[in-house]
Amino acid sequence: MGAEIGNYNINNRKMIKEEEQEYQQMEEFDVDFTDSELVSHVRHALKSVALGDNDNYSQLVGLLHYNERLKADEVALLVTSLKAISGAVSYIDNVQHESLLTSIFSMSMWNYGPDVMDALVELVTSLAASSGKYVDACLYMLVSNFSPPFRFIESLKLPYGKAKKEQVLDRVHFALECITDLIPLAPSRLLPIVTQRIHAIYQRTPEPVILMFVENIFKLESSAIGELVGNKRLISIVIDLLIDFDVQVGWDDILEENPHKGVFDMELEDEQILADVDDDGDDFAREFGGYGRIWKNGVVETLEKLDSIMVLTFEHLNCCKNSGRLVEVPSDIVFESLLESFSQTVMNVYKSKFAQFVIFYACSLDPENCGVRFAEFLAGKFIESSVPPIIRMSAVAYLASYLSRAKFLSAPFITGMLERLADWCRKYCQQSVSLNPEAYKVFYAGCQAIMYVLCFNMRSIMEIPRLKSHLCFLPLREILKSPLEPLKVCLPSIVEEFVQQAKSAHLIDAKSGSPVFHDVLESELSKAFGGKERLDMFFPFDPCLLRKSDSYIRPNFVYWSMVKKAYEDDLDGSSDDDVDVFYPDVNTAESRDIEVEGGFEEDDFFDDFNNSLNKMSITPKDSILKKRPNEKRMPLQMPSRLRPSMSLESL
Amino acid sequence: MDALKVSEGKMVVYLHPSKTKVISESIKRELSSHLFKFSDTFDGVLLAYEVVEVPSKLAKILSGLDPYLAVRLKANLLLFAPKPDTFLEGKVVKIARESIHVVILGFSAAVITEEDIRDEFKFKIKNGQEIFRSTSQKRHVIKVGTMVRFLVKSFDEEILHVSGSLIPASTGSICWLSKNSEEASRNCRKQRESEGRREERSTGTVDGGALSDEYHVLKKPRKQKVHEGNTTKLDSGRAEMVVNQ
Repeated sequence: MGAEIGNYNINNRKMIKEEEQEYQQMEEFDVDFTDSELVSHVRHALKSVALGDNDNYSQLVGLLHYNERLKADEVALLVTSLKAISGAVSYIDNVQHESLLTSIFSMSMWNYGPDVMDALVELVTSLAASSGKYVDACLYMLVSNFSPPFRFIESLKLPYGKAKKEQVLDRVHFALECITDLIPLAPSRLLPIVTQRIHAIYQRTPEPVILMFVENIFKLESSAIGELVGNKRLISIVIDLLIDFDVQVGWDDILEENPHKGVFDMELEDEQILADVDDDGDDFAREFGGYGRIWKNGVVETLEKLDSIMVLTFEHLNCCKNSGRLVEVPSDIVFESLLESFSQTVMNVYKSKFAQFVIFYACSLDPENCGVRFAEFLAGKFIESSVPPIIRMSAVAYLASYLSRAKFLSAPFITGMLERLADWCRKYCQQSVSLNPEAYKVFYAGCQAIMYVLCFNMRSIMEIPRLKSHLCFLPLREILKSPLEPLKVCLPSIVEEFVQQAKSAHLIDAKSGSPVFHDVLESELSKAFGGKERLDMFFPFDPCLLRKSDSYIRPNFVYWSMVKKAYEDDLDGSSDDDVDVFYPDVNTAESRDIEVEGGFEEDDFFDDFNNSLNKMSITPKDSILKKRPNEKRMPLQMPSRLRPSMSLESL
Repeated sequence: MDALKVSEGKMVVYLHPSKTKVISESIKRELSSHLFKFSDTFDGVLLAYEVVEVPSKLAKILSGLDPYLAVRLKANLLLFAPKPDTFLEGKVVKIARESIHVVILGFSAAVITEEDIRDEFKFKIKNGQEIFRSTSQKRHVIKVGTMVRFLVKSFDEEILHVSGSLIPASTGSICWLSKNSEEASRNCRKQRESEGRREERSTGTVDGGALSDEYHVLKKPRKQKVHEGNTTKLDSGRAEMVVNQ
């Protein structure tokens, strides 16, 4: 028995000893398996492919496909493999090891923890620096990580998702900088990749994904390598994206309401104010519910994306302003980029509806520099004879709308711009002999712009004595009574409003007549000078129809209802009750006009028109309804159809 | 550096009719579009140019829908054209166990892999810094920031990426190589001085990666070859340069 026990003990000891030795061997094996040996192993695996031995290579490729809920040992194995491949990048052949490269480039950092992410960044950086062949693919892989896989979208709202986002994006941008350090020309290859990627995803991806991509473009733009990548082009990529969404929404997508309303009757302000009351700020569907009567359902998703990207752009511009990058930094890089993008893209787009508000917002951030620069740019485009007529007309339409709507522009500046436009128009009409809307469309566009700006600003300018004299000296009489007869050609709604205000302000003779338009919005002549593009009815800075974007624009925006008209009594304010003031009886108007000073003298020209001016339909609010007792009274609401350019005025 | 050369080019630049008022600017813009890109016609990468002469104020107008103006001009072109088995110099930007990464003239990347580093160099980490140190010449050290001379193995014209080698004995740290030549320390000082000047010159230009369109004239480098006999023309879209052999 004792011997048995002894044997058992001996056997037991032997077994324990063997296990210990085995463990020690394993331990020694683990310890001895150094980084260099791992690299050698991978190199051997890569070299073996050329010899027809794919076993180790296939095993290596298989490891890179671990991405679902990895255990600690799997994470360690993946990290080790990635680091080993980093050390063997010079052995990778783009033909023989295509599957390995494909596996690496299809890895998404969003699927892994920080350790794997770090190893992946190291690998991608090494790969890019190892040969010119892999630079583009590495950059593309990093840019692909700008936005998460779809399944992450929901978690982005959670703390976990936010942390993950930070982890990934920090590493992606760090990797881009590392690659730039090693390959100085790499950033110059990023632009086409970013452009290609965003075009690949912008249509089919949900809003959070596209938003995050745009966010990363802005991050890249403001990063250390932004200048090397091309700040201007990065900004223009976003503007182009806005335009892409913009053109997907047609004017036809705005529901029709009353196509006969005048230009100044078509403002959305009231509608939006009503919607604001209900706005809880959270429920987007509810917000857009407010637009139910405005937009057809099919475009709401596009509008949501557009609205969010606009807001993101506004926020970025705000950051640029705060960091001094909007205008101060060399050559006003950000604003100049916006202006260039506006000039090359937005202004050439057929009646852009939303994208132009980006530059409007930028101007509002720095009126003294950006605000002035933008207006001068537009005026320059309009006056420059080498610019195609359609662009000149578009430019002056933008200028008129901008000068009228921008609350941040001073009256002296607006007066100066009016003088510039009027001077050009005066010279132009001296050279021309007869009414011809098509031949002189640029001239008529200029005249309409002057009248439109004056509709908004006449009263405020006249209240400043120094500016009043400037206004009185504008060559309006020469222009309006010229053989080109702009009052007959320009948009009736604007002409009527202008004439009414101008008479009240004694800029023109009260006994003068005006064309009889019978409350029509447009005329054959205005259509003729507007051309197919209907630039006669293009008012680009009409109230913004996007809910979230509008909240950024609104504080610096002039709505028609806020405008003090020249014919309004000081005490009347702008309440609805005052609407009647807009339709003074003829006697009142005439008696006021007797005291004309400055303005036009009596002239036969105006006698050609009848004196029904005071029955004009141009009024804010529901004055039209009051004016037409026989017409069925309609509730105040947004006009269904803003008609392309006329969105000007809201109710 | 052997890879740098100056060529005199006679070329024809085609300008859009809308540019007739800004001919000079348009020529610069057109030529600048070739900067830092490899051109087969030049057989190199255009680094800088100087318009020497526009011989005639008359330009031929091309027939067709776009009546482009064909403006003839002469320009000096600074070209970067590394060839295999020639030497290049660059600054080390990263050292890893398996490779040395170098940037040449601030814009072109080069990599020297472990297999192309001669055996005398051993990788070490000293004070947390990766270095390659010669086992036979302890003072011959390559670390981040070192200017090195290396042999060109190949040149990727698309991305301007060089594959280099430190196998030849005449390659390695330029400072060390200079010290061990006959001129010894005198040359090294010169090297340092010239490096300092180069850095000053290159700030905001080539090294800064921000060679502006307005910066067209670079001083002729010490070793650049001047091919005055050969005139070069390039044809690339609207700009055309015709080679006159």
